[in-house]
Amino acid sequence: MPRLHVDRLRSGDGSEDEYRVVERTGLAAWDATTALTVVGRPYPRVEGAEKVTGRACYAGDVRLAGLLHARVLRSPLPHARIRRIDTAAAEALPGVHAVLGTHSAPAIRWYPDGLLFDRTLRFVGDEVAAVAAESEETAADALRLVAVEYEPLPFVVGLEAALRPEAPPVREGGNLVGPPKVYARGDAEAALREAPVVIDETYTTQTALHNCLEPHGCTATWDGERLTLWDSTQSVFDVRERVAETLGLPEHRVRVIKHHMGGGFGSKQIAWKHAVIAALLARRAGRPVRLMLDREAENLAAGNRNATRQRVRLGATRDGTLTAISARIEQDTGAYLVGGEGSNTSAIYQTLYRCPNVTTEQVGVYTNTGPAVAFRAPGHVEGAFALESAMDELARALDMDPLALRLRNYAEADQRRGRPYTTPDGLRLCYERAAAEFGWRRDRRPSGQGSRRRGIGMAAHDWGGSGYPPGYAWVKLNGDGSAEVVTGTQDIGTGTRTGLTQIAAEELGLPLERVLLHLGDTATGVYAPVSAGSATQATIGPAVRAAAAEARRQLLEAAATMLEAAPADLQLREGTIRVAGAPDRALDVADVTRRIAPHMIQGHGARGPNPDGKAVRTFGAQCVEVEVDVDTGEVSVLRVVASHECGRIVNPTLVDSQVLGAVTQGVGFALMEERVVDAGGVVLNANLEEYKVPTAPDVPAVVHARVDRPDPEANATGAKGIGEPPLVPTAPAIANAVFDAVGVRIRHTPLSRRRLLAALAAHRPEPA
Amino acid sequence: MNVIPIRSSSEIRLTVNGRPVTLEVRPEALLLDVLRDRLQLKGARRSCDMQVCGACTVLVDGAPVSACTYLAVEADGREVLTVEGLADGDRLDPLQEAFIEHGAVQCGFCTAGMLLTAKALLAEEPSPSPARVAEYLRGNLCRCTGYRKILDAILACAAPGGGTR
Repeated sequence: MPRLHVDRLRSGDGSEDEYRVVERTGLAAWDATTALTVVGRPYPRVEGAEKVTGRACYAGDVRLAGLLHARVLRSPLPHARIRRIDTAAAEALPGVHAVLGTHSAPAIRWYPDGLLFDRTLRFVGDEVAAVAAESEETAADALRLVAVEYEPLPFVVGLEAALRPEAPPVREGGNLVGPPKVYARGDAEAALREAPVVIDETYTTQTALHNCLEPHGCTATWDGERLTLWDSTQSVFDVRERVAETLGLPEHRVRVIKHHMGGGFGSKQIAWKHAVIAALLARRAGRPVRLMLDREAENLAAGNRNATRQRVRLGATRDGTLTAISARIEQDTGAYLVGGEGSNTSAIYQTLYRCPNVTTEQVGVYTNTGPAVAFRAPGHVEGAFALESAMDELARALDMDPLALRLRNYAEADQRRGRPYTTPDGLRLCYERAAAEFGWRRDRRPSGQGSRRRGIGMAAHDWGGSGYPPGYAWVKLNGDGSAEVVTGTQDIGTGTRTGLTQIAAEELGLPLERVLLHLGDTATGVYAPVSAGSATQATIGPAVRAAAAEARRQLLEAAATMLEAAPADLQLREGTIRVAGAPDRALDVADVTRRIAPHMIQGHGARGPNPDGKAVRTFGAQCVEVEVDVDTGEVSVLRVVASHECGRIVNPTLVDSQVLGAVTQGVGFALMEERVVDAGGVVLNANLEEYKVPTAPDVPAVVHARVDRPDPEANATGAKGIGEPPLVPTAPAIANAVFDAVGVRIRHTPLSRRRLLAALAAHRPEPA
Repeated sequence: MNVIPIRSSSEIRLTVNGRPVTLEVRPEALLLDVLRDRLQLKGARRSCDMQVCGACTVLVDGAPVSACTYLAVEADGREVLTVEGLADGDRLDPLQEAFIEHGAVQCGFCTAGMLLTAKALLAEEPSPSPARVAEYLRGNLCRCTGYRKILDAILACAAPGGGTR
């Protein structure tokens, strides 16, 4: 039963007062001793049948009479001004129903300082015009008829070039996104001067592309002044807010629906232009419009993981105690700041290790390429590659086991806020479990046959994943004893439907098949935040449990009257309510609900606050074994052992899937994935042929050494997030294993054959 | 520049999921668009547009093809099987069952293509080795699962004898 408390926090400085809202649920957390029967079991996905039969409805699958197909004309130049645009011929083409461009679209603000269709274009792929037509072919024909005269402007590609004093400005005000974000505790410079052992190296990470199999896009339709959008999004409520705001509509007249989506990985966590463009085209045409990006547009204009350059300095005593961490980070923001989670590359330097002297300085840099957006553990993946590589270098410099070095230095508290973690031993557990399962042995010698050399490496991570308020859910019991759960969150493919259904079924004492969960619809669901930050299960799970608990309480009160017993004496399991100690006095849940129908039992639940005075965190460690062919530079990842502390595991199959999938993306990030931009600002591999993602034969044997331990201080379910973190340590663990195998340190991702061969050649001056 | 190509349509007759279909299609019409927009069979997904990701895979006369680059006119006189035709009424194909059971489905966007590719493989080779299954799936990308559970699901449907490697 949520109880809403609103506190006024008076600013006192003339700025607007803030309000702090706390909703307490009064639920006792499920801890390690709670006997659970539905939560914790590896149920198959509740939507499995929809997906294997092809029935699952994605953003581009909506059937609507009169549906038009939209396409977007994109800038061929990395920086240009539109001198003249003529769409008359496109508009005259039979079958074309609407055309939008700088000259004809409403002046809708986009990015901090631009327009939806702006005269200034800042990357190859920037939106120039859009058409809606009877067919994809006609839409494509129409785009060819749009005549645009561009005035090319000086442009810059790549971090280093953009930082040069003479670099052409991507936008007025220069190429720095803002002043550097600086963090400091203690005195890292002094500690580095005094440290007997210092590592000082520079690492780079590449621009990586999400390449969700389903591109961004939506279907839009108007019914009078009401707009419905089926969008491939990680946040139906954020899309609703943005679209309503830009179109000047009240929020209740915009309905955003997302039944299923073909991956997001962070790239779909914001409202993108396509949603507004489709809505405008649909309104102009008076017909529904489908606007799905093609693969090229997806890889040009729908986000990427920012490239970074990181200078890392570590100071340590001879016994391997870290005394200083310093990082200076530059990252390639692309042409625009698109919002959403920032890529906070600095964070892992501040948190992963116990260290009194830490300085980080992070600066974003504009370039004339597609904008960066969150990509699965944004910032942490980039930062961990550098930090965890540097830790391996430190271990080598100290002649110390990399595992022992980490065990000596890992953090048990959030040093940024001076709060202990709810699971201070979380990372230790992961180290120990991963090392034991892997058979980590410091004294083991690199092995190999012929040109092949084997080596082992490890890396670790932390991450948030606590979840946070607000987030809501409702539970209703039908007359037949079935239950429906309604929430406004979304299942972005991770298994949210299944995990939340298990939580509800557990609390309601019903078998899983008697519970159905509805989500992904702003018109029917109650507010839930963006599915990002590995927060969904830990945010909405407790809200679902709270709603179910309220329904359960009412159900038991009704049953108590019927059974002539006290509610406290009733037990509810697998759909049956029994009087304790009197097994013959029992009712099915349906017996209760039928007798009171059509009166209805309903529960409303909210996400309670996170604990005061403590920090909730997730952790992990991975050990990998690789084989390097010194003749070809090929790196094969032979096996990975991954151990992650994410609190209670609600569904082992779903959690294993997150680990396997994330490690696979980590292999891609480490070895093959890289957006390549030529000197003219053109992306050379904006497709799935030349942008290499891992295929089935590329995937190593992955063992998930589970740490399934509830974190009852975190929230009422004891579960924390796992979606992003297992990607974080994979790349540095691979790089460290490559060093172990062949003795060369690759400080740049991806560890391509070209890089390996060049490094091996430099390492081995004399020919064999 | 401003030339609109003149296009004529032609009639094609094909069998889709066991049912005869007759359609007028433009010569450049892709099988994927015809399936999705004309026949409302949405199970084949558009993703890479260049026959490398496998999300649009359907079987034409039993062989896996990428419907995103396969002209509809090429299907004239042929039998097309889409994911919607895999189940026998309400009875799922064993591969479909295995995909659900093994957790081989995540976001689901690659699933139809994976299932049909697996169907073709097992028809060709009833007892493939694990390495052979992985190799055969090279043209089907999955960004979510890491493939392992997909391989497990397919191997669970293979006849015994494929070995363990």
